[in-house]
Amino acid sequence: MLAIFENPRLRGGIHAEEHKAETSDQPIALNLPLPNKLYIPVQQHVGKPAEPVVKVGDKVLKGQLLAYSQGTISAPIHAPSSGTVIDVMECPAPHPSALPIRTIIIETDGLDQWRSTIIPDDPFALNAEEICLRVGAAGVVGMGGAVFPSAVKLNLGRTNKIHTLVINAGECEPYLTCDDLLMQERATHIVSGIRLMLRGMHAPKAMVGIEDNKPQAFQSMQDACRDFPEIEVKQVPTRYPMGWDRQMLRYLTGWEIPADGRATDIGVVIHNVATAYAVYRAVCLGQPLISRVVTIAGGAVAKPQNVEVLIGTMLSEVLTFCEVDKTKIARLIMGGPMMGDALPLTDVPVVKACSGILALSAADIEEPEVQPCIRCSSCITACPVGLLPLEMASRIRVNKLDEAVQLGLKDCINCGSCSYVCPSNIPLVHYFKYASGELFKRQQMEHKSEQTKRLINDRNDRMERIRLENEAEARRVMEARAERARKDAEQIAQGVQP
Amino acid sequence: MYVFSAILILTTLGLLLGLSLGIAAKYLKVESDPLLERVEALMPGSQCGQCGFPGCRPAAEALVSGAAPVTLCPPGGTSLIEQLAKLLGIDVDLSQTEDAEPMIARVSEETCTGCTRCFKVCPTDAIVGAPKQIHAVVADACIGCKKCISVCPTECLQMYPIEVTLRDWRWPKPLATV
Amino acid sequence: MSVKPISGPHVGAGQRVDWIMRRVIIALMPASILNIILFGWPTLYLGLVTIASAMLFEAWCLKLKGVKALPFLRDGSAVLTGLLVAMSLPPWAPWWIGVVGSAIAIILGKQVYGGLGQNLFNPAMLARVALLISFPIEMTTWVNVTPLFTGPGILESFGILASGVPATDSLTGATTLGAIKTGFSLNQTVPQILTDYSGFLALIGWERGSLGETSSLLLLLGGFWLLRQGIIQWHIPASLLLTLTILATIFHGYDPDHYLSAWVHLNSGAIMLVAFFIATDYVTSPNTPLGQIVFGAGCGILIFVIRSWGGYPEGTGFAILLMNAFTPLIDHYIRPRIYGRYRNGKPIDISQP
Repeated sequence: MLAIFENPRLRGGIHAEEHKAETSDQPIALNLPLPNKLYIPVQQHVGKPAEPVVKVGDKVLKGQLLAYSQGTISAPIHAPSSGTVIDVMECPAPHPSALPIRTIIIETDGLDQWRSTIIPDDPFALNAEEICLRVGAAGVVGMGGAVFPSAVKLNLGRTNKIHTLVINAGECEPYLTCDDLLMQERATHIVSGIRLMLRGMHAPKAMVGIEDNKPQAFQSMQDACRDFPEIEVKQVPTRYPMGWDRQMLRYLTGWEIPADGRATDIGVVIHNVATAYAVYRAVCLGQPLISRVVTIAGGAVAKPQNVEVLIGTMLSEVLTFCEVDKTKIARLIMGGPMMGDALPLTDVPVVKACSGILALSAADIEEPEVQPCIRCSSCITACPVGLLPLEMASRIRVNKLDEAVQLGLKDCINCGSCSYVCPSNIPLVHYFKYASGELFKRQQMEHKSEQTKRLINDRNDRMERIRLENEAEARRVMEARAERARKDAEQIAQGVQP
Repeated sequence: MYVFSAILILTTLGLLLGLSLGIAAKYLKVESDPLLERVEALMPGSQCGQCGFPGCRPAAEALVSGAAPVTLCPPGGTSLIEQLAKLLGIDVDLSQTEDAEPMIARVSEETCTGCTRCFKVCPTDAIVGAPKQIHAVVADACIGCKKCISVCPTECLQMYPIEVTLRDWRWPKPLATV
Repeated sequence: MSVKPISGPHVGAGQRVDWIMRRVIIALMPASILNIILFGWPTLYLGLVTIASAMLFEAWCLKLKGVKALPFLRDGSAVLTGLLVAMSLPPWAPWWIGVVGSAIAIILGKQVYGGLGQNLFNPAMLARVALLISFPIEMTTWVNVTPLFTGPGILESFGILASGVPATDSLTGATTLGAIKTGFSLNQTVPQILTDYSGFLALIGWERGSLGETSSLLLLLGGFWLLRQGIIQWHIPASLLLTLTILATIFHGYDPDHYLSAWVHLNSGAIMLVAFFIATDYVTSPNTPLGQIVFGAGCGILIFVIRSWGGYPEGTGFAILLMNAFTPLIDHYIRPRIYGRYRNGKPIDISQP
């Protein structure tokens, strides 16, 4: 009985209106016109930004390296099409703040000409290191939104003993269907990607979790896996946030990752399904990650659909392609409506993390008044982690961040389930994001104050040393002068008394 | 009669308990670090004087004696307020304290004469340069104490808010509710 | 297009505070209407006076606080509090009982704590208990069932509203629980006291009592509807009713002469109102399912204890207030387990199988 309370496979979560039917039965559009200019930010991943290797005026071919990865956790950036580098400058980033980010701008030549690529004869004969290397060189990152460099994860998997690879095909966010479509249309390629990942980590088996609101995707994935018993395709209930990797793992296997650990600690690696596809492209076709499938949906979109978009294409061009009525856009979101970010402008590029562009109309969103908390505990019921959102938020409101941390603020995954259900419309997740940032800032400030103290001490020591040196010098001068005076006096005395 | 016995008992009880408290306070005293030292250790130590005291030590003395509020130190920010309040056992309503926008000094190249006065007063050696050459402020080391501003003969040093970049952008606090 | 950064989620469930309050009021309506039918116009007037005064006090407090009153009045919480106060009063109580009750509930029970969501005790129960202690005569004068159109007329009823029940014994009597308490003091046994007790009439509400005490059946149905709507969870009502049933059955089996059966317990007093509408009050009940079960069981035990051995015939108000006081403690100790951690907050140790 208690075990049911202790280890539920599925905890909390919400069921939001899906809005997936609008896009899930239409094929991925491949005919987005090639943009005249591509804006490629040098950082589209977790870790250090990539360092440009091209100069203004350089001619580049499609797939050519534009910026190389720096340090262990980073990913390279490639040219999405052929053309000329016309500038490397700071441009607004696809981020809620729209602050500038270093961006390589390419003027396309319309030829879309690939660089010459060496494709392995049999990709499945490659050894594990080689696979990881190719994935890393192709700039593949986690496509579910986390954008963690995939090669780093594969290497981590190879060095730890991995028994299960979990492929997260939950796609639990409303509106988004890009993974759904990818599985419907390119299941065999995804399966090749999964097999390559298994090979790259020496892992024996893989599990694919697909939410049960995607029956077609499930069917095509099962068909594609028929010859590969090491890959098991499973249906999981449709319940946000099923696509939270740890929730997916818990549902599929019953295992929980320790709060202070990684998935590899329990012998598991979790990858997104679109990442598996990108791995296939990188290893089997030698193509770096230069395009992705993006869902364009929302009340302001006349032709909602999934589009294969080159990285670096301006959102505005994609919106025009899908016949978006710009006057009707009440909020523009990159990603899903639960965890995605509202963007203040349309002139930002599509990046590797961009799974969807939602042009929501005023009817889709709500900006209701905030009311006082009535302690209804819906947020506690909805929290998939097992936190007390209302208690945390009330602490953060009066800036008692330490207490919020004790309540588990650092375990929060910002999934937004609590804010979604809150009848008082309290921006709970916003509080948690603010608090996490504030804690980080305070940590930095403490760090700086330590550094300041060190600098001041150094300076004081130096001043003291200089003072002592000066004093010693002064004493020496005085002594020398006194000596001279004494000698002079002696000489005079000798002179007087010859 | 009852009244008297009640008074007597309560008086005796009060006296005895008071006495025992007095004894306890004298003999069971917990020796702790001198508070002043601990407060001073928390302070930034830049002796910048923004609090109105001539340095961090006098400010710490004022804090311990209760003459100054825990919110006195602008460079310390909210984290310092919190630590001080904890140490001194003061309850502080942190919702009212807003971190002052952090500022750093910057040298205007047109007007700098290379007089070296500023980097002589800088407590953190954040200003670099040489005589007759334009000076520059190392942003990471500048603590915004404004000492250099007052000694600059040409007003070429000015305070500017630290520019927010994508890397250190953080979510602002949600607007106050109801 | 937005200028200041807006955090997700960008969609919502669309359940609002006023939506919830409205549902609860709707769930209380069948029982309220039945009471008006059973006890006539004075009951309706008393209810209206109580609700109106609750809203006035709320508006006044908000004005003193310097906030706009209208958005808060619209959320329906004051109406609900007023309705619950009215339901805990004798049906023919004078108007000022209702007004004083509303004042206690809204001012002392809610606004002095800081308004909606801040109170420690259930406002309606606080008002009921304060009234019961302060005005024992008015609060225990129970009029007989006098159905609408057989009792006082529309105008005549204003007289009753002004001064309460006319002092004629033929019109009033005791509630079941009251009769039991009196009977025990005269050394009577339960079967002797409950000679003309009908379990069926008690179930449908054809008995003396306050508005929230008579019709167990309709309140139960209202409660089930709230459960279905997802507004309340099953934990508190289930554990409260179950605890009370088990305790009553044990003691009744042991000594049927001095302990009431579970059926009488469940059908008399404000049990159903308390189990589904009062104990489940979001603000004053624990937040976690396990905490709610503990809270409900505590209420059940206290109700049984006060009814069986206490000085008052009905113990629900006191039981709720006492358990309300325990809520912060329960919430402090019973917390959900965080993913990847043990209940004590330590990360899961993977070195152990």
